[in-house]
Amino acid sequence: MAPAHKLLPQPDRARRPRRWRAFLVALLILPALAMTGCAGAGALGGGGAGARTVTVAIVSNSQMQDAIKLVPEFEKTHPGINVRFVTLSENQARAKITASVATGGNEFDVVMISNYETPQWAADGWLVNLQPYADKTPGYDPQDFLPKVRDALSYQGNLYSVPFYGESSFLAYRKDLFAQAGLTMPDHPTWTQVRDFAAKLNNKQTGMAGICLRGLPGWGEVMAPLDTVINTFGGSWYNMNWDAQLNSPETSKAVDFYVNLVRDYGEPGPAVSSFGECATLMGQGNVAMWYDATSVVNALEDPSQSKVVGKIGYVPAPVEKTEHSGWLYTWSLAIPKTSNNKDEAWDFLSWMTSKDYMHLVGTKLGWGHVPPGSRNSTYEIPEYRQAAAAYLQPTLDAMNNADEEHPTAMPVPYTGIQFVSIPEFQDMGTRVSQQISAAIAGQTSVADALAESQKYAQIVGDTYKGAAK
Amino acid sequence: MTTTIEAATAPKRAAKRPEHGPGSKADGWSRRFPLLPALVFTFIVTQLPFVVTIYYSLESWNLVRPGSRHFVGLSNYAQVFTDSQFRQVTLNTVVLTVGSVLIAVALGLLLALMLNRAFPGRGVVRTLLITPFLITPVAAALLWKTTLLDPTYGLVNFVLKPFGAGHTDWISSFPLTAVMMAIVWQWTPFMMLLILAGLQSQPDDVLEAAGVDGASNFAIFREITIPHLRRFIELGIVLGTIYLINVFDQIYMMTQGGPGIASSNLPFYIYQRAFLGFDVGQSAAMGVVVAILTTIVSTFALRLIFRTFSGNEASA
Amino acid sequence: MSTSTTTPAGPSAAATDSEPRPRKSSTGHVILAIVSWVVGIVFFFPVLWMVLTAFKQEADAYTSPPKLFFAPTLDQFKEVLSAGAAPALLNSLFATVVSTILVLLLAIPAAFAVSLRPVAKTRDVLFFFISTKMLPVVAAIVPIYVVVNEIHAVDNIWTLVVLYTAMNLPIAVWMMRSFFLEVPGALLEAASIDGASIGRTMREVVLPVVSPGIAATALICVIFAWNEFFIAVNLTAAQAGTVPVFLVGFITSEGLYFAKLCAAATLAALPVVIAGWVAQNKLVQGLSFGAVK
Repeated sequence: MAPAHKLLPQPDRARRPRRWRAFLVALLILPALAMTGCAGAGALGGGGAGARTVTVAIVSNSQMQDAIKLVPEFEKTHPGINVRFVTLSENQARAKITASVATGGNEFDVVMISNYETPQWAADGWLVNLQPYADKTPGYDPQDFLPKVRDALSYQGNLYSVPFYGESSFLAYRKDLFAQAGLTMPDHPTWTQVRDFAAKLNNKQTGMAGICLRGLPGWGEVMAPLDTVINTFGGSWYNMNWDAQLNSPETSKAVDFYVNLVRDYGEPGPAVSSFGECATLMGQGNVAMWYDATSVVNALEDPSQSKVVGKIGYVPAPVEKTEHSGWLYTWSLAIPKTSNNKDEAWDFLSWMTSKDYMHLVGTKLGWGHVPPGSRNSTYEIPEYRQAAAAYLQPTLDAMNNADEEHPTAMPVPYTGIQFVSIPEFQDMGTRVSQQISAAIAGQTSVADALAESQKYAQIVGDTYKGAAK
Repeated sequence: MTTTIEAATAPKRAAKRPEHGPGSKADGWSRRFPLLPALVFTFIVTQLPFVVTIYYSLESWNLVRPGSRHFVGLSNYAQVFTDSQFRQVTLNTVVLTVGSVLIAVALGLLLALMLNRAFPGRGVVRTLLITPFLITPVAAALLWKTTLLDPTYGLVNFVLKPFGAGHTDWISSFPLTAVMMAIVWQWTPFMMLLILAGLQSQPDDVLEAAGVDGASNFAIFREITIPHLRRFIELGIVLGTIYLINVFDQIYMMTQGGPGIASSNLPFYIYQRAFLGFDVGQSAAMGVVVAILTTIVSTFALRLIFRTFSGNEASA
Repeated sequence: MSTSTTTPAGPSAAATDSEPRPRKSSTGHVILAIVSWVVGIVFFFPVLWMVLTAFKQEADAYTSPPKLFFAPTLDQFKEVLSAGAAPALLNSLFATVVSTILVLLLAIPAAFAVSLRPVAKTRDVLFFFISTKMLPVVAAIVPIYVVVNEIHAVDNIWTLVVLYTAMNLPIAVWMMRSFFLEVPGALLEAASIDGASIGRTMREVVLPVVSPGIAATALICVIFAWNEFFIAVNLTAAQAGTVPVFLVGFITSEGLYFAKLCAAATLAALPVVIAGWVAQNKLVQGLSFGAVK
């Protein structure tokens, strides 16, 4: 047992923790006092009395980040409105926005969705009809939107969300490597030709991959390019009877082709590769071709991200049996029915998608930053035509040739090019993509992967068989 | 060695409940009193969501198919057990959890032992070793995926190239291992902290006495240090397991559960059903099943392994 | 700084005989020091790389071979700060600090009640606390969201405070209990012989001895609350967003973002690193007392 005098140091030590504690408590009371009145630091610094706050949920792409930078311009011309953003990565944003809108939560006045959600949510009655607003607003000119994009965001003839920017898909290739190898890229390549080029340019020794293709699981990841390949090979997800077609001869051939192409001449680590990985590889000069969204130009033509600026050529998405095969995707803005600030939300929304906004972005941030693929008038701006000369026409052509209503060679009961426009597709598409990704990783055969996928798809297809469509 | 205040102060308890003093009703309530605020708070904040989750698990409700919400009793649970992927995912969870916890504890023990003696700059090294635990898991997971394990640009392959081995696609070929590496890297400091706290609370007089008695270093370690550390190692295993069963960020950021479902664990799988399928009922049912399974397993594990739970509290 | 001034307490330092053998033990010490430094640096290296990458342009963030030397830039930090880091930092600070204080206030008495002066059903109580963590949050988050929505508490920092307190309380109780059980019986006996009441015993005897344990527990709670992502992302919007949610906002599916993310993650880690360093000091102080016995 310790002798009593060894316990003496205690009183000294007992005092020190108290002083520490008092100091800490004082330090913390300050922000605590500041915060007790409000719900969070994000609410601090809100506008003056009577100002209304518009809360916007958006995805974190560069065009959206540009918009956030320019919001002070909007607030200058609309002094009674305060704009606050919630920025998330694509998957998080989609999950959060869907959960909120579907359960009637009203945190958001403006949500960023796409041509996947818009027709479905419009039919569900979750979105405000924007056609009257658009028609009423002078100078807004909804007819200026690219026709395919406008149709994709309409329900029963009315716009339920307005496009912020749109994309299709096309093939980016290294003009210099093709020239060196004596190859010529045709104006409308086929997938067979592309495989041939990939074989010739692939070089494991020098670390050059013939082509870069997505392989990451996810309905918006590997499934996006793969669906377009399936479509152009004559396959589809369902036939008119809602029988799943995932292991039909045409679909099997398409998936076989894709998987073998990326395994034989594709990038290393394909099963976890997506846009970012391919952008890096091509930007570093390790890839000869890349089939992906038209927005690849943001990464490839930006000197701070790419070392191959000016060496890239762009041709339409490769085809086999169809005339075109580029996908159609547009990020758009909508107003949930539960919003309490609909008019102010429209003010903001219309500003961000207006013709003037394009000029604002171009003059303040550079013409390469202008959101593409939404308005025809953008493509008439001379400065933009100059800055985007390398990819302007291919992008515009791709957008105008993408047909959501008739995506496949054979008639199908659904719309959507790189997705099937039903609510179950997010889950079903992801499950199928996991199988495909496993095939790309070599852990299962394509036939087995498709057999599994067929099962998932049929379960969903059966629920649509009875419904009148 | 240690004892409770009760044992130090009170004589043997009388067989009958006295009016006052230890063992009386008043004493019972005065013991419970400090516990009540924490207990009541936890009960309210955690059991309400649990009950609501069970309620939803009995419904079939797809968020994005409005009008689909209706009561279906236990059929969600039946679906869980016939889901072939659920079994594989459960197995993945077990492998991942057990592997990560054991490796983290072992490494943490080694590092704690290393830090237990003084050397110049020990404090700095200790700070360096703790830092991985402080980084946000999302950022750390991305760090592993892109900077370390990337097949082309990763540092691991870069370091292995001179030995001729730098071509592995870690994440596609060894997904569970890759995820485990990231998790162990982040959790070893946690185990190290716990064990270090235990090591440095060892009373020196006992150690010195043993040394003077002629015991070898290894014998001291085995007979005195390890038993003393047992409580902290147990604590580390319990807390680590409970957390790592629910690990999510690393899988989400590094592999998305792939290839196939090779690196999906239960929370990730449930997440996909909840936020891709928006099937609230199904994911709630899966969550309840996981909770029940975890409870059963931990009841047995705690009783088997830990003295505290097998009834020897006084000596714990 | 925080170099220990204690006599080394490890097993091998206790000499097997009373005569010092300087040569053998000093080379041993030197080797140990070198090994420790190497291990520390290797383990820390990914963090170092993250901080380095924060100063790179996106094009330099991934190169083969990896670039150790490059032209540094502050662009990424500028972008991160201009993207609204301040509200997120304030929110995280508030939620973390307040919830940790609440946790300690609730857990210390509770741990006392399951260790030094145990209630009858200690086992069940401990099991109950740990069982609250057995339901995966992913499964309960939609139900929680619906409930929180009903009481109009979505996007409110206090919601996070309450949930984080409930999240950390079980760990704090378990950890503090272990530290309480370490209090030497001799001290407690001496205090009771002196006639001290339970309250005074706690304040003047027990708490000072377990203060390194309190520091460790507080640090763990701070780390978990600060880095918590899933609940925060689902229950907050523009007002109560915390640092992890802010971080994820840099991840974009159509562009390169890694350097920016590293900058954001570096800034996000700084407060916690400082907290860790402060807590470490406390731990070391406690150790010097422990060795005096």
